[in-house]
Amino acid sequence: MAAKFDTPPLNLDHDVPDNPALTPDSMAHSRPFLAKPEHQEPLGFPGTLVDDWHDKAIGKMGELLGKYRSLQVYMDSCVKCGACSDKCHYFLGTGDPKNMPVARQDLMRSVYRKYFTPAGKLFGSFVGARELTQDVLDEWYTYYHQCSQCRRCSVFCPYGIDTAEISMAAREILDHVGMGQKYCNEIITKVHKIGNNLGLPERALADTMEGLEEDTLDDTGHDIKFPVDVEGAEVLLVTPSADFFAEPHVDGLIGYAKVFHQLGISWTVSSEASEAANFGMFIGSYDQMHKIANRIRKAALDLKVKRIVFGECGHAWRVAYSFLNTYAGPWDFLDPRYPVPQHILEVTYGAIKNGGIRLDKDANAGMVLTMHDSCNVARASRMGDFPGGQFVIPREVIKASVPKFVDMAEDTIFEKTFCCGGGGGLLTDDLMEIRVKGAMPRMNALKQVVEQHGVTHMAAICAICKSQFTKVLPYYGMDMNMIVSVHQLVSNAIQLGTNKS
Amino acid sequence: MSAISIAYAALFYLAALVLVVGLVSKIAQYWRTPAPLKIATTPAPMTRTGAAFRVAREVTLFESLFKGEKLLWVLAVLFHAGLLLVVVRHLRYFIADVPTLLVLIQPIGVYAGFAMVAGLAGLLARRFLNPRVRYITNPSDIAMLVLLIAIGVSGLFMKFVLPTDILAVKAFFLGLMRFSIQPLPVHPGLLIHLGLVAALMIVFPFSKLLHAPGVFFSPTRNQADDPRERRHVAPWAAGYDAKRGF
Repeated sequence: MAAKFDTPPLNLDHDVPDNPALTPDSMAHSRPFLAKPEHQEPLGFPGTLVDDWHDKAIGKMGELLGKYRSLQVYMDSCVKCGACSDKCHYFLGTGDPKNMPVARQDLMRSVYRKYFTPAGKLFGSFVGARELTQDVLDEWYTYYHQCSQCRRCSVFCPYGIDTAEISMAAREILDHVGMGQKYCNEIITKVHKIGNNLGLPERALADTMEGLEEDTLDDTGHDIKFPVDVEGAEVLLVTPSADFFAEPHVDGLIGYAKVFHQLGISWTVSSEASEAANFGMFIGSYDQMHKIANRIRKAALDLKVKRIVFGECGHAWRVAYSFLNTYAGPWDFLDPRYPVPQHILEVTYGAIKNGGIRLDKDANAGMVLTMHDSCNVARASRMGDFPGGQFVIPREVIKASVPKFVDMAEDTIFEKTFCCGGGGGLLTDDLMEIRVKGAMPRMNALKQVVEQHGVTHMAAICAICKSQFTKVLPYYGMDMNMIVSVHQLVSNAIQLGTNKS
Repeated sequence: MSAISIAYAALFYLAALVLVVGLVSKIAQYWRTPAPLKIATTPAPMTRTGAAFRVAREVTLFESLFKGEKLLWVLAVLFHAGLLLVVVRHLRYFIADVPTLLVLIQPIGVYAGFAMVAGLAGLLARRFLNPRVRYITNPSDIAMLVLLIAIGVSGLFMKFVLPTDILAVKAFFLGLMRFSIQPLPVHPGLLIHLGLVAALMIVFPFSKLLHAPGVFFSPTRNQADDPRERRHVAPWAAGYDAKRGF
């Protein structure tokens, strides 16, 4: 699996990497480990490939076509114009034409045409229709796990076709015929069993938070709480479990705690919902997303909180912002003065604006920051009360915390941001090659501002981005410690004990 | 009445029937199929009116395509705007007393015919010259462009090279509209032109031309960014609240 591969070269003269020469099937060997029966069956999926996989797959596809307007409309509407064809970071990093968004969609569209359209039934390959064979199913498994569901392609599509919708549907079908992906399904199993993706049990979580409390007291002289399962707290904080111990994530958690402390807001995490991530999205499962999301509703009810705040996490914020009301609402038992859910950056930004917290940029002296817009935050959610708040608010918080901020090239940020390369359920060692290659466009834009503007650090607001960059930065000759949490900067800069309201 | 007139009358009744029934059933399918989740590509308008304007911009200005590829945008606009004007120009064949405005735009419609064919030729060339586009091209994609080019060229051929009796053509179509078959001129350019138009009408609801209704139903474009304010639950998912078990 960990065969040797070449890290793609950077070209700092161009903001967006040049189109690579097409190298058909150059990534055909890249497939993640299959889920074992013990990670399939608890989720209600067959343990191994079922005998009647063909009919089951077609049946499931028909069901999804009837349930998701996106899938039905997107299967029909593509005109093969190619506007998306050079927009995927995995294509730019690999040159494999099946990583062009339209070609990735066509892996399924060809089957759709064969089984669900008169043209495909009558004219077959003339209209690009083909039978679902075992090779096709394998191809789906391979290339739908080379999509991070980042939606960059959908920005440029004249019909808004979103490849993420199609890759989610494909993974849902694969799960239902017994070809789940180990990484995602093992993690979802853990969420149900233990409460978080990392399998951190309640006792360990409480110990970790206690340890953080002691460390922070030593560092700051302030008794800043890191509460677990405190009934009656005002805020339920739901944050990716990486925030509980991994660097640089945990520095962000300390930042959230300091902000709450300074604002005098009581908060708690829940040991039963100690995870913001919802990998149900990556596998396209409405059922799993629903189950995972409702842990949060239950925790909010059990702990009698008034508000729900999410920590820094990309896809989790998408599920929270865009889907939580659908899955786990209505939220009529929470304080109606606050949006449900809120992002921690909305809390911090508001506090900076109204003077609730004060930040001293000198605490981050020497740092020159840039910001990586996480794909799910950028293109599938919002912060604040205006479109594009998801770009403005994190930047304003960073700018208030550090002496110098520089944006990367404009075609690589905001709605055109490049994925880190590890999103969408790809953050696993068995996909290292595609992760490194897919990171190339972001690495290129980062290296540009490092060389041209002396950028020292890149802030991200997503646990997956942070983990992915920590891993891939060294492949591109950059220091893994360059990646920081936004709230790590806040944590350094916040003036504790001053102007307490 | 010539056999050709009868055959073409039958062909156009069939083509119109297939086009209307096919499109209506596809639109009904899109309408019936719910979007269970809020998936607008953000930043997105925060109101439904704003989202309607976003869709309108996609339809009239090809806003997203403009972000994607400028050359393609130019070719697409040449073709689609040209086609629109050409279609408007052709309305005179279906209206007995042609209104002044329609008379005035007739010359523009001729230029539009050239713009349309030029745009299509560019799109066809691009299918061969751009290696990425060549890779994703199916035979049907080329056939569709060739069909449209042939319609445009045969039309321009009648305008500039070998005119047909357009008064008779008009009488033929006005006749069809009141179920009376009038003689159609036996003119090779005209028969080719009309045959191809009928073919286009017939393939429309079975082909990628469904992007025309599809764009109106694209959830990434037509949804408002308001999920925190407005709970969105699809009819098929209504039972999920009861499944929570607590």
